[in-house]
Amino acid sequence: MDLRLLLERPTEAERMAIDAVVGSEERHNGRVVFGGHAARERRHLLLPALHAAQDATGAVSRGALSYICDRLSVPPADAYGVATFYALFDVDGEPGSTLHVCDDVVCSQYGATELCATLDADGVDYHRSPCLGQCDRAPAAMSHRPGVGYGVAAPVTARSVAAPVPEELPPGFIHQERDQLSLLNRIGVVDPESLDSYRRLGGFGVLARAMEMGPQAVIGELKKSNLRGRGGAAFPIGLKWEGVRNASGDVKYVIGNGDESEPGTFKDRLLMEGDPFAVVEAMALYGFATGASHGFLYVRGEYPTAERRLRGAIDQAATAGLLPGFELEVRRGAGAYICGEETALFASIEGHRGEPRQKPPFPTESGVFGKPTGINNIETLLAALHVIAIGGSRFAAIGTEQSTGPKLFCVSGAVERPGVYEVEFGILLGDLLALAGGIREGARLGAVLMGGAAGVFADASALDMPLTFEDTRAAGTTLGSGSMIFFDDRTDFGPVLTRIARFFREESCGQCVPCRIGTVRQEESLTRFLSGADVERTTLDDLARVMTDASICGLGQTASTAVQSAIGLGLV
Amino acid sequence: MFGAGGGTSSYQEIEETDFIVMWGSNAREAHPIFFHHVLKGVRNGARMFAVDPRRTSTAAWADVWLGIDVGSDIALANAVGREIIAQGLQDMDFIENATENFDGYAEAVDSYTLDRAEQITGVPGDVIKMLAHEYGSAETAQICWTLGITEHHNATDNVLALINLALLTGHVGRYGSGLVPVRGQNNVQGGGDMGALPNKLPGFQDVENADLRGKCEAIWGCFIPPDAGWHISRMHEAMDEGILRCLYVLGENPLQSEADGKKMKERLENLEFMVVQDIFLTATAELADVVFPAAGWGETDGTFTSSERRVQRVRKAIDPPGEARDDIEILCDLARAMGTDWLTPSAEEAWDELRAVSPMHAGMSYARLDELGGIQWPCPDETSGGELFLHSRLWDRPMTTTPAPFHAVEYAAPVDELTPEFPTRLTTGRRLDSYNTGVQSGRYSAPRRIFGSIDLSPEDGADLGVAEGDRVRIVSRRGSIEAPVRFDGSLRPGLAFMSVHFPDDTDVNVLTLDAWDPKSGTAEFKATAIRVEAIA
Amino acid sequence: MTITATINGQGVTVAEGVTILDACRQVGIDIPTLCHGPTLTPANVCRVCMVELEGSRVLAPSCSRMLEDGMVINTDTERAGHSRRLVMELLGSASELDRTGSKLDAWLEGHEADIDRFGPGSATVAAEPKIQDDLYVRDYGRCILCYKCVDACGEQHQNTFAIAVAGRGFDAHISTEFDVALPDSACVYCGNCIAVCPTGALEGRIAWDMKEAGTWDVSQQQVTRTVCSYCGVGCNLDIHTQDGRIVDVTSPMDHEVTLGNLCIKGRFGWMYVYSGVDE
Repeated sequence: MDLRLLLERPTEAERMAIDAVVGSEERHNGRVVFGGHAARERRHLLLPALHAAQDATGAVSRGALSYICDRLSVPPADAYGVATFYALFDVDGEPGSTLHVCDDVVCSQYGATELCATLDADGVDYHRSPCLGQCDRAPAAMSHRPGVGYGVAAPVTARSVAAPVPEELPPGFIHQERDQLSLLNRIGVVDPESLDSYRRLGGFGVLARAMEMGPQAVIGELKKSNLRGRGGAAFPIGLKWEGVRNASGDVKYVIGNGDESEPGTFKDRLLMEGDPFAVVEAMALYGFATGASHGFLYVRGEYPTAERRLRGAIDQAATAGLLPGFELEVRRGAGAYICGEETALFASIEGHRGEPRQKPPFPTESGVFGKPTGINNIETLLAALHVIAIGGSRFAAIGTEQSTGPKLFCVSGAVERPGVYEVEFGILLGDLLALAGGIREGARLGAVLMGGAAGVFADASALDMPLTFEDTRAAGTTLGSGSMIFFDDRTDFGPVLTRIARFFREESCGQCVPCRIGTVRQEESLTRFLSGADVERTTLDDLARVMTDASICGLGQTASTAVQSAIGLGLV
Repeated sequence: MFGAGGGTSSYQEIEETDFIVMWGSNAREAHPIFFHHVLKGVRNGARMFAVDPRRTSTAAWADVWLGIDVGSDIALANAVGREIIAQGLQDMDFIENATENFDGYAEAVDSYTLDRAEQITGVPGDVIKMLAHEYGSAETAQICWTLGITEHHNATDNVLALINLALLTGHVGRYGSGLVPVRGQNNVQGGGDMGALPNKLPGFQDVENADLRGKCEAIWGCFIPPDAGWHISRMHEAMDEGILRCLYVLGENPLQSEADGKKMKERLENLEFMVVQDIFLTATAELADVVFPAAGWGETDGTFTSSERRVQRVRKAIDPPGEARDDIEILCDLARAMGTDWLTPSAEEAWDELRAVSPMHAGMSYARLDELGGIQWPCPDETSGGELFLHSRLWDRPMTTTPAPFHAVEYAAPVDELTPEFPTRLTTGRRLDSYNTGVQSGRYSAPRRIFGSIDLSPEDGADLGVAEGDRVRIVSRRGSIEAPVRFDGSLRPGLAFMSVHFPDDTDVNVLTLDAWDPKSGTAEFKATAIRVEAIA
Repeated sequence: MTITATINGQGVTVAEGVTILDACRQVGIDIPTLCHGPTLTPANVCRVCMVELEGSRVLAPSCSRMLEDGMVINTDTERAGHSRRLVMELLGSASELDRTGSKLDAWLEGHEADIDRFGPGSATVAAEPKIQDDLYVRDYGRCILCYKCVDACGEQHQNTFAIAVAGRGFDAHISTEFDVALPDSACVYCGNCIAVCPTGALEGRIAWDMKEAGTWDVSQQQVTRTVCSYCGVGCNLDIHTQDGRIVDVTSPMDHEVTLGNLCIKGRFGWMYVYSGVDE
């Protein structure tokens, strides 16, 4: 392409970091240049290259961006548009360390509000971050030092947050008896950095068995299991995998969606950090069953430990010859909730802004790079692995008829023992709360936000509701991502709602009008409503309606559900 | 080509072709909207090769860029032809049915081995082989060229070398396969259509054919000299010889657009009488004895013919300024003053007369041109919608018309030799926002205009010890000028570039050589030997 | 192949491969559109054209959703109307919409849209016009982020990619890299972005100046179709004259050579016409 680059050049450190991703440059001799399609097909390296620049210096400088553009045949304006889309790229900012403090729904209730006030007073330079997926040990912060790396700390104090990159945290707390668990069975037992450790626990046995069964039989078991996707849409997994398998075309992809960003959700992080080889095995199973020879694990940018462990697990597994005919690579997100939406995630892998696409066509027909693609979140993948481990019929016997198998819930907020809980579908909400030790400090339940920011508030009347797809749907609520944020009866829900409204305003991709402007108007209107302007109720209702009816993707369609339900319950 | 003076294909075809060669064409800048169609083809998956000494903005889009030495095109084309034959990729069925002299061609290209071609062109043999393989095995393919092929002392041979490749592979006469010379001026194709060529009557009818001439004489009611006239380079010679002493220049600026400007100035000054008819008082007009101010674009009616042979209406939107008048009126008044009344036809009446003499335009009434938004010739009658592409006859089986001949052509180096005294090859061309000698384009504000400069590779600049913006002296065997230096990474050491747009302060044609192609009359603007000197 | 569907209670049979919008227009039902353009792939972002599709949980964008056999579509339900009104109100509350042409005014009126309903404190995209050369004005306070300019500058036509959508959410905006001035960007001044802008956010300098001065009057303008006077590609031009003077040059969207696109010479290079005349 006929690019016009910026005048600025990269520093030597930037150039080396970028070259490590895109390969070193060969100067042409004035006689031949190979470019064109082959050069443009490298565009998918844009985000990895931007990460390399950001990691090296703590910012994406003009020189670095221009160099990346040159090397990948991406126009500078285009690359700038991509870089400025993602919150973790500090475009043209000052080089140096960065600090992200979570002030989202849970952390702000448990120390982050005070922490941020202290940091503000001390003049500390930091970014307010959406949920970092550490809700069971709030408040959380993520820091980055150029050349050293990322670290997440939780809980943090004003003093500890100033420390350099912290030690890696254990993946999380398991409060249940190990022998009751299947998905969480190995967490804390297996060494997440050792293939041998995983194999001693039977690891890669399921894949071997699947290869003996053949792809059709694997899909047959999945259908028999009635496993449904755990990301919120509850799509039957057997059908999805079969759809990819039957799609026409030689090139197909499978993707593990590890871009877990729904506030109050941290189960996939636990799985990726605590049992990474199982994730790799599940991806290999996915590829084998669908006929895809290439897989991506898209891991949230705020999950550095998960990313590192998955890369290590892939390397070890590939070296050991356990991934025959299957190429699996990790892609790191860069701070965009919307990239959890599958079509936005495709765009992100391709090196574009994470803007959702119109469906149809559906991913099984045209997904990443326009090819048939299977995409599932991490919990779903491990559940699929479990289906093959125990057989579809046994899996189907767990839970209810329509909601089968074990399910992970992320319990956080005003409970005694926050953490990830593995239960059978059908458990009553109240029993889940009891499992987590009930409301903290003997207080009473105020409300529970089911499904995160995109979810719905429920009050004590919901405690006897069975947690299944069908029961929550019937009750007009949602399981969503499996996030359950509990609030006690002393909670002021005003700030909670404004934080949720801000979340959607900040995380809207900006593509469609109902969401881009609607989320802004919702936040403005809510603020007026909370200060007593009852007339705003009509405005909020109108906005909720147009966002739900006319937004392109689920983000806009659910941007008002929490606010609407809270107002409906009289929480504010 | 094969008797018709126009490109074979339509723009829409390049959007659907499989393989594109941009050969000596910087269409990205010189023909931007044509390049939109090329880019659509690329986006649709077509592979593109670019052959150009410079890695132009066009070449930057190519899957493979071949940076040949200026003027070595025939060696490259012949080597590609030889390689196609060596790989057995030629279309023997097409060759046997639709062409002649294949054996002569095969014999002639046999000496153009990859090694020899690499030596002449500078392009690695394996890359030449790649071009041969891809062009030869593509289902459909187009070769597009412009002045990089035709502004050479052997321009016609260059074109024939490319035509040979299309004949060899059957990449002509089919949808998506063709030969596309993109025309440099709005109506240079139309000028040819009208017979503004020294050897043609309207519609590319041979002036030396008595029957055709007779038909025109009957309609025009006048005698037509039976011999071909002079093309522009022969006119220059005739001026040098003192045979041609009076010149009538319409819409041209030869003082600044012709090679070897110093000699050109002498020629024009030595004329006994010169008339210039133009929309501005050009540098040439300033030398004229009489100047006719002419109405320009937007001020007159008529037609233009585009590079895809599409005749389209041009229309008057505003009145011409001052004393400027429509060309037809000026010419008819002149005729009247010389004793002939041409009745001052309207543009449409003049067009209808053309239709009467030119069969390929016969079906193109103004009404139909309006209705269809232009028609691509040939359009022999009012039922014809014109032709998307030419020469489908070559695919008739049995072929009943004249076969298309291969022409064996040999490489001949540029006339202006590189020597230690003149070691650098200067080539010339256009930039996006400017046009020819700048008579029109110099009169609007283009935010990114690059004014007169000499573009050098950064390496050559360093060797000279000059920085960007420094003025240097550029010396050729004809003369010398000064210009500021601009570094351009698309140039390799030893290759320099100048645009032709700013003759008032950077007159590149002081340097160029007026060696010309005996068949087309085009001068070798593209290959000048120069020396660049830093100015202390 | 044909497709049979029901639109507003009427059976409709059209050729396969058309959008809901195409089908509606074929049967004389007009649906407002802003980000839709005849020469561009639907960006599907303005969401003005939403219609009700039976069996669908949410409304469907008529511009980009292909018509399928058996679809039951309603374009004028309360729900579709509500959505359309709100989208217009949202757009009008954030951007200046006074140069979008009479069509939008009629739509706003027809849907009883109140663009002031969100109050004076509402965030807007108001910005100083960017005037960085003699040819362009980028008046982004009028931008509705329809992506047309980006698509025309980028992959769909010009392939120059001088501008892109930068930032996210309500902060998303059209920008060069690092917001460098246009002459320092990749812009080649083809003006193909101006040609597709529906709101007057992108204008040629002459038109913008006249609009600011209140002298631009489409009702007094004539359009004459001709061909460009520069290279030999044969781009059709529409010369717009007002009071006997050229005020703008465009290319017709339905001209197969250009699809409305031009290069800098075609769109702006005609100004030599007044060289030496105005002085």
